[in-house]
Amino acid sequence: MIEVNDLSFSYGGNAAIAFPNFKCNRGEKLLLLGDSGTGKTTLLHLLCGLLRPKSGSMNVAGVDLNSLNDRQLDKFRGRELGIVFQQSHFVQSLTVAENLSLPALMSGTEMSATELKQRTHELLERLGVGHKSDVRPNDLSVGEQQRASIARALVHEPSVVFVDEPTSALDDKSTASVIQLLEDETEKAGATLIIVTHDSRLKTRYKDRVELSRLVHNPLNAS
Amino acid sequence: MMRLSYIARRNLASKPLQTALSVILLAFGVGMVSLMMLAERQMTDQFEKNIKDIDLVLGAKGSPLQLILANVYHVDAPTGNISLAEAEKVMKNPYIESGIPLAYGDNYRSFRIVGTEYSYPEHYDASIAEGKLWEDVFEVTLGHAVASKTRLEVGDQFFSSHGLTDETDVHKDKAFTVVGILAKSNSVIDQLILTGVESLWAVHAEDDDLDISAEELYASREITAVLLKKRNPMAILTLPNLLRETNMQVALPAIEINRLNQQFGIGAATLRSIALLIMILSFASIFISVFENMQSRRYELALMRTMGATPFTLIKLLLLEGGILSLFGTIFGLIISRIGLFILASEVESKFQYDIGDLGLIGPEVILAIFAILVGLIAAALPAERTLRMDISKTLSNE
Repeated sequence: MIEVNDLSFSYGGNAAIAFPNFKCNRGEKLLLLGDSGTGKTTLLHLLCGLLRPKSGSMNVAGVDLNSLNDRQLDKFRGRELGIVFQQSHFVQSLTVAENLSLPALMSGTEMSATELKQRTHELLERLGVGHKSDVRPNDLSVGEQQRASIARALVHEPSVVFVDEPTSALDDKSTASVIQLLEDETEKAGATLIIVTHDSRLKTRYKDRVELSRLVHNPLNAS
Repeated sequence: MMRLSYIARRNLASKPLQTALSVILLAFGVGMVSLMMLAERQMTDQFEKNIKDIDLVLGAKGSPLQLILANVYHVDAPTGNISLAEAEKVMKNPYIESGIPLAYGDNYRSFRIVGTEYSYPEHYDASIAEGKLWEDVFEVTLGHAVASKTRLEVGDQFFSSHGLTDETDVHKDKAFTVVGILAKSNSVIDQLILTGVESLWAVHAEDDDLDISAEELYASREITAVLLKKRNPMAILTLPNLLRETNMQVALPAIEINRLNQQFGIGAATLRSIALLIMILSFASIFISVFENMQSRRYELALMRTMGATPFTLIKLLLLEGGILSLFGTIFGLIISRIGLFILASEVESKFQYDIGDLGLIGPEVILAIFAILVGLIAAALPAERTLRMDISKTLSNE
């Protein structure tokens, strides 16, 4: 479950960005839609606990993020969240499969090594990159990198999956395919899916969405 | 499950040139310092062991240092010969407790044949491993190293050559017989062939010697030196005055070796400074390596933070990388110093018949290794500390 109330953020002495209130239940999907400069990435980073808000409250996966200290936030992020960034970055010295094991290592998950290996293998197979598990991330195509990063966000069975601009460089067909993939995988994992994008093509697909605009003072509610 | 140390190793392996440079630099720095420590320790051990209870050395006038090196350590040519009768007068001086006469001038395969008394092997606590000590003229007892290198055995005979290393002028008419082999004593004795002083005189005896009286013969007898043990410290003050009008001198091993160490010390200090400079460069290299890694991988590090890594996890990762570099650099350095010592030992052994090839780890090296690893870690910690202040959101947004 995610609930945001009266949230605002300010970079240094700049004017505060206010965000709309919204709520999303466990296992649901939500689109955070907005043009460039409306604070989409800032909101994503706030929800991931990478930034601290100026005011307001955020409840993510049943946890009030304001109540956590930095160390608790690190742990929370590692255990409860899966994040797919716009740029599919990896640790280049590790193989694709090893990259997928990173969240488990960093968050200290209780998954055994065998379980982790099995889950990594399954996810990569399901996402069509099983045959590339032992290669370096640089040797993957852009599409394969995106699928591998989706697998990485899901491998440690998070409660919430955040996806940043998953379709910005894709044509309609690929967009539909990637979104379907994300929806299917998060549904299988029973996780909440939050997509942050400026891509208005996704509007029609999501009835649950929050539209962001610069310095919003009258928050919209999720329809 | 994958460990942090594995990631650190993979990160280093992904930049082989940078990693190799850091390791090689540190290895050479540690290697040079370690080699100097080993060489100094072994030389000091040899000097101290062989100087044991020898307060003064009586010999022909010349360089006092040469007198010590030739007669205590057997690594230099003697300053000349002295009269046995005159030497015995000095040995009977009330300030002198005892003296060990040495007479030499011949060799067998570069091992010196030293005419002496039983008190010489006793002085170095040498025991018999096989056979017995010499008794008759031309009987010899071999030092441990001599026996193992020449493969001479009890009962074997050999001819000596005139001089200390030359093997061309062989005394083919007078054969020495091996009657015993000494056990290893880790002293100069190991490198010598011991016999009675009479054997040396007999090798060089001429037919004319038979025509002179016993007194004349005694008066003509010469030896090379006498190792003296003082009864009273006054010996050090009075003997030089007593010998002023003779062709003899006394030298103090402790003083001469100190002087030698001071002379060596300038060169050693220079080498040590160069080694330390290389070590400092290697630490700078580790610092730059970790710093560069951190800069080029800042997105990767930020990514790890989003996966639950704490700043301390990242510091640990970067410290591991610095630690691995300094650990390998130190290990390779210690290996390099062993190789260096092995080469040096072969050289010393071929020139002076000394064995300085003990390759074991010595105390100061352990301190050196700990120091190198710690400084390597500190060099890594300085850039790693920046991860504490890393703005993850900004780093991720800037990519």
